[in-house]
Amino acid sequence: MNANQNILVKLKDAGFKINDKWLVQGVSLQVEKGKIVTLIGPNGSGKSTTAKIALGIYKKIEGEVEKYTNKIGYVPQKISIDWTLPLRVNDFMVLTESLKNEIIDEALSLTGVIHLKDKNLGDLSGGEFQRVLLARAISKKPELLVLDEPVQGVDFTGEIALYELIKKISDELNCGILLISHDLHTVMSATDHVVCLNGHVCCSGTPLDVAKNNEYKALFGEQASQILSRYEHRHDHIHTDEGKIKKN
Amino acid sequence: MFDDFFIRALVAGIGVAFVTGPLGCFVIWRRLSYFGDTLAHSALLGVTLAFTMEFNIALSVFIISSLIALTLIQLQKRTNLPGDALLGLLAHSSLAVGLVVIGFLTFIRFDIMGLLFGDILAVTVDDLLIIWVGGAVILLILKLIWKPLFASTVNYELAEAEGLNPDRAKAIFTILMAAIIAISIKMVGLLLITGMLIIPAAMARNISSSPQKMVIYSIIGGLLSVILGLFTSLEFNTSSGPSIITAALFLFILSLFNIKQSIKLKN
Repeated sequence: MNANQNILVKLKDAGFKINDKWLVQGVSLQVEKGKIVTLIGPNGSGKSTTAKIALGIYKKIEGEVEKYTNKIGYVPQKISIDWTLPLRVNDFMVLTESLKNEIIDEALSLTGVIHLKDKNLGDLSGGEFQRVLLARAISKKPELLVLDEPVQGVDFTGEIALYELIKKISDELNCGILLISHDLHTVMSATDHVVCLNGHVCCSGTPLDVAKNNEYKALFGEQASQILSRYEHRHDHIHTDEGKIKKN
Repeated sequence: MFDDFFIRALVAGIGVAFVTGPLGCFVIWRRLSYFGDTLAHSALLGVTLAFTMEFNIALSVFIISSLIALTLIQLQKRTNLPGDALLGLLAHSSLAVGLVVIGFLTFIRFDIMGLLFGDILAVTVDDLLIIWVGGAVILLILKLIWKPLFASTVNYELAEAEGLNPDRAKAIFTILMAAIIAISIKMVGLLLITGMLIIPAAMARNISSSPQKMVIYSIIGGLLSVILGLFTSLEFNTSSGPSIITAALFLFILSLFNIKQSIKLKN
């Protein structure tokens, strides 16, 4: 069935609804080995839902999902962990797959949190926890990485370093990445394919194609298409002087 | 050597503690205390069934508890009632129906106190066999589903996304809960089985820094509770269940005093 051997996951006209309300509808996309596909779009446009459809977390979906790999690393956008569990970073790293110590150390070093290895997970800051989440996802050497806002809460320099790391991982492991990001800089510099969502696919293509697209301009504003040292987002956040995104 | 009733009770209790230790940790982690209670209450129905049909008690308790667990899952899907209301409904109605049925069975003399609170005199060599073989099977299965069960306890979506099939692990765990209740009912009694599951595990939570340690301390806590409790039971002629649970409570209180020290040690 898989005509293209490189395809890892493929969505065909996929959609998901809760109580007759569509969260997202009519999404078609595919992630291939060594490629980064980025989902962008305003809040509530169905980015995380699309990722969960691709991952098989949502099962009663419309349309089709074809998955060609089981080696998956996932960084969810929101993660609620119950602190009745005594869980150290080290325990969390081997949550879904047993790993050798060196591999754990290597992954934690790459994301800059090796010093936290024996700390309790509940004691980490938001940014530290995010780095641990990313380390866990990459340590399994997955074929498909699904990263839902992977650098939220990480400091500015760390953000750039982690995005560089993600790009490097995609090259080294030749894994496919489905990335959800608010940061259009990253989207434009590292991504092979952009899918712009707004409850449905409003446009998709290379970053340049999308930036020129009228619907994209309508959604993100004129400035966003001027590849994009700064962009203004009308919907949910403003930009501070440091170039960071601040929620309204 | 199993001629002495006390040795039998001790061997039975030790077998039970090895299984309640790790299962109890999951009961705490997954917040299933009241679920355990519900299964345990429904066990009375299983016992009456065993007496009327001259059937093995552990087996019939296991069957009835599993049925109640499945009923609960169906009710959760089909009604809008909150989970705790459904648990209460099933727990008390199955206990009540069990007691009513006992009322009809006038031709059998029931030791109700023994059923509710455990009776070490009632442990037979057959029971030992059921506890140790059944317990070994429960532990083996728990070991096999440990990874998906634990991962989905930490975060369901991560486990599901990374291909661990958490729903299957959850269903199997439910069956294991019914099984542990079935094999420990004679020792601890149906009103106190959940205590045997959660109190040693709660004690272990206070003094452990990792999930593995919590499981080990929980087993040790359970073993100590059984040994202490049974000796007290023998000495003062008290029911075995309450004696074991009181010993577990005693250990839990001790672990509270240990908290400050262990925090200092960690830092």
